Amino acid sequence: MLRVDIQKQLGEFSLAASFTSEGRVTGLFGASGSGKTSLINTIAGLLRPDRGTIVIDGETVDDTAAGIHVPTWRRRIGYVFQDARLFPHLDIRQNLDYGRRMNGLTEDPAQHKRVVDLLDIGALLDRRPGKLSGGERQRVALGRALLSKPRLLLLDEPLGALDESRKLEILPYLVRLRDEAGVPMVYVSHDAAELRQLATQIVMLRRGQVTAFGGVKVLTAGV
Amino acid sequence: MFEISPTEWTAILLSLRVAVIATLVATPFGIALAWLLARRDFWGKSLLDAAVHLPLVLPPVVTGYLLLLTFGKRGLVGGWLADHLGIVFAFRWTGAALACGVMSFPLLVRPIRLSIEAVDRRLEQAAETLGAAPWRVFATVTLPLALPGVLAGMVLGFAKAIGEFGATITFVSNIPGETQTISSAIYSLIQTPDGDTAAARLVIVSVVLAVGALIAAEVFARRATARLHGH
Repeated sequence: MLRVDIQKQLGEFSLAASFTSEGRVTGLFGASGSGKTSLINTIAGLLRPDRGTIVIDGETVDDTAAGIHVPTWRRRIGYVFQDARLFPHLDIRQNLDYGRRMNGLTEDPAQHKRVVDLLDIGALLDRRPGKLSGGERQRVALGRALLSKPRLLLLDEPLGALDESRKLEILPYLVRLRDEAGVPMVYVSHDAAELRQLATQIVMLRRGQVTAFGGVKVLTAGV
Repeated sequence: MFEISPTEWTAILLSLRVAVIATLVATPFGIALAWLLARRDFWGKSLLDAAVHLPLVLPPVVTGYLLLLTFGKRGLVGGWLADHLGIVFAFRWTGAALACGVMSFPLLVRPIRLSIEAVDRRLEQAAETLGAAPWRVFATVTLPLALPGVLAGMVLGFAKAIGEFGATITFVSNIPGETQTISSAIYSLIQTPDGDTAAARLVIVSVVLAVGALIAAEVFARRATARLHGH
């Protein structure tokens, strides 16, 4: 479960969002500049709300009234960025293993194999990020986030930097992830078609305000 | 002509020892300072930045004299260190290392700072979302990516340390076998009537060491670029 009720002033832009989502994939939908990325960064703890609360999986990670702000690295979240942000000095195997090491988790070969198979990245393990295509990088970034065993997976336009054919290449993996990985996701996109395929609940944002919340059908009603 | 005499060897080996110790001791401080200057904003930052560069612009003899006042036997810090820890800098090779470390510090810090600034902060952010505490972000992402810059800084600092003259001779004098480095030995030799050939040999040694260091620094800088692009 994810509960968000926050306000944040960013220069001239003010963000105010309040919603509770039980869905497997919560889609944050809106045009660019609507505050989607600021909102997901606030959930990640990269931005600190001016006022309000955020509860992830029953744990209060932000509560301005109580002075609570759990730093990003202790939130046990996974985050897939639009630009994959793989570590260039590590090979793919080490990139995938990074979150496990940082969280002090014991090795879990079964889980590792499951994720590697799910994303078809077994052939890439010994390569360097610089040698991968954009689509391959994004699949590795997904795997890296999953293998840190997050309780919430945040995805900020993970297909945004890919061309049409690459998008079609990655989408099925995301669908499998939703159905098989068992980790709730928050998925940011400005593409209604993408969200129709993936999301189970939609938070619609416009100029920093939530304008609609509900099932995927709000996409049709709102646009 | 190229028969290096025992006295010259003594000076060369002393210079190497002084420069190696100066560089190794200065590097952790240099990394910490470079990180502060590259990644943090705090009150007095430009003052600190200026202080780091001070040895570069002050007359070396002034730096040496200030070291003597501070770290000499009757100096504020030097007296305390001698009484409590038994560490003496005045007229010892350790003092030469201290002078060289201070004089080369700006050259050491600069490449490290630049390479830390060049590390993509979005990668540090990604590390944080994967559960890395701030110091582990530094140890596993920032420092490895900045490593070629660290090595370049160390090589430049070393090259500067090995040739340092003004501050060293002012602080610890020119004692053969204790504080007479290559530079001080050359200085003594060119004031001696028959010292020219010996001086020439040491000059060649200095040039070779300096050029070698510059080449090494350049190689590290190139590796830095390759590393940041993930090849």
